[in-house]
Amino acid sequence: MSALFVHTWWMTHRRLKALMRNPGLVVMTLVQPAIWLFLFGGLFRKVAELPGFGAASYADYLVPGVVVMSAVSSNMWAGMGVIDEIERGTLNRFLVSPVRRSAILNAGVIEQAVSTAVQSLVIVFLGRLAGASYPGGVLGVVVLIVASILLGAIFSALSSTMGLLVRQRETIIGLSVFLLLPLTFLSSAFMAEDLMPDWIRNIAAFNPLNWSLDTGRGALADVPDWQAVAVHGGWLLGLAALMILLSTLSFRSYQKSI
Amino acid sequence: MQNTATNAVEAESIVKTYPGGVKALDGLSVTVRPGEVFGLLGPNGAGKSTTIKILTTLVRPDSGTASIAGHDVLSRPDRVRRVIGVVSQRSGADPMASGRDNLVLQAHLYGMRGAQVERRVSELLDRFDLGDAAGRQVRTYSGGMQRRLDVALGLVHRPRVLFLDEPTTGLDPEARAAMWEEIARLAGDDSLAILLTTHYLDEADRLARRLAIVDGGRVVAEGTPEGLKAELRGDAVHLELREAPDERRVRSLVEALPGVREIVFDGRRLSARADDGAAAVPIALAALDQAGVPVAAVTVARPSLDDVYLRHAGRRFAHTDEPVTAGAGGAR
Repeated sequence: MSALFVHTWWMTHRRLKALMRNPGLVVMTLVQPAIWLFLFGGLFRKVAELPGFGAASYADYLVPGVVVMSAVSSNMWAGMGVIDEIERGTLNRFLVSPVRRSAILNAGVIEQAVSTAVQSLVIVFLGRLAGASYPGGVLGVVVLIVASILLGAIFSALSSTMGLLVRQRETIIGLSVFLLLPLTFLSSAFMAEDLMPDWIRNIAAFNPLNWSLDTGRGALADVPDWQAVAVHGGWLLGLAALMILLSTLSFRSYQKSI
Repeated sequence: MQNTATNAVEAESIVKTYPGGVKALDGLSVTVRPGEVFGLLGPNGAGKSTTIKILTTLVRPDSGTASIAGHDVLSRPDRVRRVIGVVSQRSGADPMASGRDNLVLQAHLYGMRGAQVERRVSELLDRFDLGDAAGRQVRTYSGGMQRRLDVALGLVHRPRVLFLDEPTTGLDPEARAAMWEEIARLAGDDSLAILLTTHYLDEADRLARRLAIVDGGRVVAEGTPEGLKAELRGDAVHLELREAPDERRVRSLVEALPGVREIVFDGRRLSARADDGAAAVPIALAALDQAGVPVAAVTVARPSLDDVYLRHAGRRFAHTDEPVTAGAGGAR
């Protein structure tokens, strides 16, 4: 047990150190969210005045949307790292060492959680600059960040699974191109649910990105809707667990295919 | 506790078939004794890398048994992993991390702690001449430096058996020579056995105390380089004639000499095999001189591993005009 802990620590340490060595990359990943917040948010400011929109300002409404969209967008690339490590032989170097197999997987999940949390927190601050307020307070922000971590876990596990099984960069790029915008627009990221066309609303009910929005917005509201937080948060957690299990299985299948 | 007589590697009748029916190993058996450098020699696709993957617990064989320093590869992979060091074809070092970080991580994964890690890492950085570059990202290293770091990574935990999978492939001649020196130095350590794969004949000849020639997923010949060459019984003799010869006449002349056989002409070049090359040359020169066939040059070469390989892999010389070309390893 203690070996698992030590190995997980060191494998995570390696990944976070790589992340910190590349602050430029972190800044780059914030360019897109900033555009959505300041330009898109500025352009569509009056949307909030639509009857039935139900938010104090569009900035308030938009921040959770940009947080979850960015969580999906950055985690979709996890498979690229997996392919790099396979091609470089790094993964095999770990597999011939006594390192616990689960430590390798844990490190991936923890790194993903830390980087998504940092990214989401920065977006929340950027949102403040864009004029958003968070009536739900610190607790609401924490729930939003946890929801974005769970959502990120779903997509990083999906991407890693693809990386392990298909081992082609094109697949990862395709995944990102085909999923990100549809998932975003088939959710309440930019437009209140009550004002969506029916068919989009029906699809959005099954969209994990939408679950994380319901979770985050539920907690950030003036009067938090804890029931919605629990229900949608529960679905997110369940799907994240399922996807991590799937990527664990695909790791086994990789080991068989070496 | 291991007794010192335990073989470093013992593999018996290993079979491995990959999906799609590709039979990578077809009953391969190999034994590496403690402290020796053993070479697996064979062309690409012969099964060398698959053998390494199975012995290093990466891949499970379909059938057969294998043990490393007495630990069973199939039932106790965890123990095997503690006693092996692996330097694979692909580097495996993290290019975004520094050389030192790579070594520190490796040391921790093998259960070292604190000051012990610091000491071992500094020791290896010094030994592999990476001290100045220790803090630099590995992606800035030259090919030779990366390879030295790979070997250092494989040695962090003082393994009993070191696997070197094509250690010099892709290196420039200078880095290759340096790597050879390093392997020779490692060979001096009697507590470390080395299993080396290569498709370079000269590399196997130079570094391996014993070697196995692998072809089609099995061992076709095994022994010391000298022993294998001696089995061929005969030196290669090449004569270069001053002018194009009357082949039939010269052939009958040379054939009549004692202990000379396998005569092949190629233009003005005549190649033959002789039981004792040094003794055959003066006799052949005298006979040709007497018959009025002037000779421009003569060379004698001991059989090379090239000859051994071709003999055991069951393939013929594709080009008789390119006889023994195994460079440094060919002679003596």
